[in-house]
Amino acid sequence: MARVALIPVLLWVVATLSFFLLRAVPGGPFDRERAPASREVEAALKARYHWDEPLWRQYGRYLGNVMHGDLGPSLKYRNHSVNDLLGQTVPVSLALGGMAFGVAIGLGIPLGVLAALKRGGWADYAAAGLTLVGVCVPVFVLGPLLVLVLGLWLEWFPVALWGSWQNAVLPTLTLGLYFAARVARWMREGMIEVLRSSHVQTARAKGLSETAVILRHVVPVALVPVISYTGPMLADLLTGSFVVENVFQIPGTGAFFINSFFSRDYTMMMGMVLFYSLLLQVLNLFSDLLLRWVDPRVGS
Amino acid sequence: MNTLSSSPGRLALRRFLRNRTAVSSVVFLLLATVVSVFGPWVMAIDPNQGSESPFVSPGALHWMGTDIHGRDLFSRVLVGTRISLLVGAVGAGVSVLIGVTWGLVSGWRGGRTDAWMMRFVDVLYALPTVVWVMLTLTLFETRCVGWLSERWPASIPAFRLAAMMVSLGSVSWLTMARIVRAQVLSLRERPFILAAQSIGVPPVRLMLRHFLPNLAGVVIVYLTLTVPAVVLYESFLSFLGLGVRPPQASLGTLIADGASQLNSVRVRWWLLVFPAGLMTLMLAALNGVGEGLRSAFEPRDGNGD
Amino acid sequence: MIHSLVQQNALVRKTGVFCCLHWWAGLFESLRPGLSVRALGVVLSVCAWVLTGCSPLERADLVLHNGPEPETIDPQILTGQADGRIASALFEGLTRFNPTNGMAMPGLASHWEISSDGLTYLFFLRPEARWSTGEPIEAMEVVWSWRRAVTPATAADYASQFFCIRNGRAIVNGELRDASRLGAEALDAHTVRVHLENPTPYFLELAASRVFSPIPRRAVERLGDQWIRAEPLPCSGPYQLLSWRVNDRFRLRRNPQYWDAAQVTAERIDILCGDNPSTALNLFLNGEVDLISDRKIIPGELGPELAARPDFHRFDYLGQDFIRFNTTRKPFQDARVRRAVAMALDRSRITARITRMGERPSAAVTPAGTGGYHPPAGLSYDPATARRLLAEAGYPEGRGFPAIEYTFNVGSRIYEQTGVEIQSMLREHLGIRVELRPLEWKTYLAEMSALNYDFIRGSWVGDYDDPMTFLDCFLSDSGNNRTGWKDVRYDRLLQAAAAEADPQRRLGILREAETLLVVEAVPVTGLYSHVGLYAADPRKVGGIWPNRMDEHPFFSMRRIRP
Repeated sequence: MARVALIPVLLWVVATLSFFLLRAVPGGPFDRERAPASREVEAALKARYHWDEPLWRQYGRYLGNVMHGDLGPSLKYRNHSVNDLLGQTVPVSLALGGMAFGVAIGLGIPLGVLAALKRGGWADYAAAGLTLVGVCVPVFVLGPLLVLVLGLWLEWFPVALWGSWQNAVLPTLTLGLYFAARVARWMREGMIEVLRSSHVQTARAKGLSETAVILRHVVPVALVPVISYTGPMLADLLTGSFVVENVFQIPGTGAFFINSFFSRDYTMMMGMVLFYSLLLQVLNLFSDLLLRWVDPRVGS
Repeated sequence: MNTLSSSPGRLALRRFLRNRTAVSSVVFLLLATVVSVFGPWVMAIDPNQGSESPFVSPGALHWMGTDIHGRDLFSRVLVGTRISLLVGAVGAGVSVLIGVTWGLVSGWRGGRTDAWMMRFVDVLYALPTVVWVMLTLTLFETRCVGWLSERWPASIPAFRLAAMMVSLGSVSWLTMARIVRAQVLSLRERPFILAAQSIGVPPVRLMLRHFLPNLAGVVIVYLTLTVPAVVLYESFLSFLGLGVRPPQASLGTLIADGASQLNSVRVRWWLLVFPAGLMTLMLAALNGVGEGLRSAFEPRDGNGD
Repeated sequence: MIHSLVQQNALVRKTGVFCCLHWWAGLFESLRPGLSVRALGVVLSVCAWVLTGCSPLERADLVLHNGPEPETIDPQILTGQADGRIASALFEGLTRFNPTNGMAMPGLASHWEISSDGLTYLFFLRPEARWSTGEPIEAMEVVWSWRRAVTPATAADYASQFFCIRNGRAIVNGELRDASRLGAEALDAHTVRVHLENPTPYFLELAASRVFSPIPRRAVERLGDQWIRAEPLPCSGPYQLLSWRVNDRFRLRRNPQYWDAAQVTAERIDILCGDNPSTALNLFLNGEVDLISDRKIIPGELGPELAARPDFHRFDYLGQDFIRFNTTRKPFQDARVRRAVAMALDRSRITARITRMGERPSAAVTPAGTGGYHPPAGLSYDPATARRLLAEAGYPEGRGFPAIEYTFNVGSRIYEQTGVEIQSMLREHLGIRVELRPLEWKTYLAEMSALNYDFIRGSWVGDYDDPMTFLDCFLSDSGNNRTGWKDVRYDRLLQAAAAEADPQRRLGILREAETLLVVEAVPVTGLYSHVGLYAADPRKVGGIWPNRMDEHPFFSMRRIRP
């Protein structure tokens, strides 16, 4: 389909934009507090990474390498290539993101459903409270707060690092709560809107039990705004994961994402941009497809 | 179509006023805005004035305590609220401006123009926004500030703030554009639009007088939901060190500074609780207003169009 | 009971998670037949599987937190201190650092002879010195490694450490193309003779530094630049590398081939990498980390409170914070203005209120006690004279003074807070208006090198225990100068000091040079000397002592078992 064919084109556009814009910012990857030992040494370093070539040549060389799947050497981590670094860290980030997503829908959807069904009841207040925490408290406050309370004071979970399921609880909770709140809210909205509609009267008139009405007719339609939100939500997940991975010292890609800008590691930055761009587009596509499946009325 | 004589706007207003959460949120926001804008003048405490009493806990003299330089936290929080509100409002305003125009034009023109415009939105969706924001802020800091410092140095803090608001707004308009476009596409086929067209009303006039009022509902709702997003984004940038420049403070920078108080050694709780608490309340209020507006503008019969 | 069952049995955990997810997916599927939420369920299951499949690593004997992930651990090209720490665990030089005082003691070389004029050194290598892979370490390999380090193509930033050796500077500058002309030769399999340009009292300390460590020739010939990724990696130090997970940890194992392996007791060491100071502190307080070796990874705001604890150790450190002035443009072109600003700064106020770690306020550029040297006092806090100087320069009471910017990097809040204090001090004493200009790191470096600032925060950490490491930054042609200041008198003084054999006279000449630098010309004015901090519970970790060089060699570290 046309959308799939668009992906490489968009990737190319994103790559080109980033390539040239990044180099417009002053400061280079090899700038250090300590000046280079000599001009010769500086020149040798630059030659090794083809910095002495004109920009167009470097761009062409980079694109050629990317076509072969080689994202280049990292300019900051001199003993690793970008492929190396991504290979080590992507599985971790995907695991964290996947689990946070799981918490978000596992917690958010039922809570949203219950809140809508029992307006003014405990579930509604719980959802409101969750919204307050998830939507209004920044992730870099929520994370350390959970660490302080659940990790240091109560000692229920480890405070940082990655490796066992106990390590995963606090980071997943931090990231997941952030999104569970939003998912619950959207779910509740969608449910309320559908519950009022004539669609539901018809189903009830058909004589179906309340549970069946809810599960078969209300929830799928109410899911529509939730699913259409997953696109932007996943983009948010990426920025959130940077903070969570930083606070919990998790060896994921989030750290590279922002730090590679600060260290002007152009190849790493480009690699990250391409990777995230691909991920965003694939996930957006997936959510659009899901949307179309759930509610065939929704055109493009 | 309604059979009542009042306009949809007035109906919505009436529904809104019946919603207690929404009304109390509006009152809170207005209060916060007034106090933060006028408070520092009235109270005559300089938020940037250090003193010899650092890290004083809240008391009679300093209602919210002091920070490491002995600066009164209360006045800093007020000023910070002012700047956060400004950044949030203008940032969201920028995103509304771009988003509405884009969606309006795209939806109205239809066809190939529409397709290309939406494709551009797709491209931007594919670009991680953090990168873009960091890039623009750093570029501004290095290229433009140098140019400005020679001509008009006093304006630099204002320009920096403006740069931040513009870059934050420029990453939030995408969803708005999509929503507006969807709305325009559905409105376009409505009888009253077709009628106006057949009379010969020029397109611009059409957009301004017929489309915009109908879009107002959706736009306002998303505006109130974008402001919290922008404020949170600014606090994230402050966490990274790219936020509002010292000695100016925004709630974001105050919270980012205060976040270090979440340790088990020495907690100066007032440095985090007050800014974070205020920001939470503010964002909750904004959310409340947004939700209230949403349910106020929703048509009761639920036909969905 | 179920809790402990779940904790111990991985299979139970995995099965449980899988079942939960499938029940959930099944529920969704019943809503809408054909809706493949199951696919989502599978994806999530896989994620959970991947995670729960990772069994936690067994705790090492010693766990260190080293700060951010190193850029490289190749001893020849590394520049960061954290990078160097890891490299020092794996590689050793002819000499090594004494853990109690940071001075040089025998390493791969068991003893040496120094000629009477101090220009020729003869090192005798231990015959039992071996790489961890078994090959002997011979003199030729040492010389070959040094030649490689000075070759510009290797792109070693610390190649400048070789300038003290004959022809070292010429080879690094590219004037001499043949690296074998370096003044070092292997007389036989176990003897290295070194010819120096000048009597260099700190040469033995230099020989212990990372860039002077010999590297395994065979690995380099096989893998070229990426020889450090060789598996197994031949190591000459107390430990060898087991695994390297980026942004996670380095796992080290005791090296039985190390000549002093008998002294090394910790079998496994984990070196964690992360850059959030609060997290590092939490890990330390929780007991998961035994030693935090880098001050940067200890939360700055809590420094004073932590330093009072018995498991945190404060020490005077070989580093200095100072302010550079841009001497190429107004208003700091005028030395009187520079002196005025330097005298209007109350450094003790900064150390008492902002840094609060007991730093010694100092207007000089060299920390006191460096290599037995006492720097000149520099311009002391004297607002009255400062005002007079400013008036003389044409800005009485700050009237007509252009608005200037204090530039600093956003690394630590301390820099910003110092800036705020400087702002208020200058406003109060001189009536000057200062704007703060925070920049992120690379932009800060770029602006500093491009001389695009008014006055800017700076610091320097010494490479060896001698004032020369601080003073030669400000030579006219030094890339580290970055103030635009050039003075032939200063250059000549430093040259004379380098050629001077008598240590006391030499220090006297250096003092004269520094007086010229910080009292007369003042392109730079010191703020305070650094204080280091490391965290190690003396009941758990032994063999570490605070020293000025902040060197904590791995061979002496031990885990104390009750």
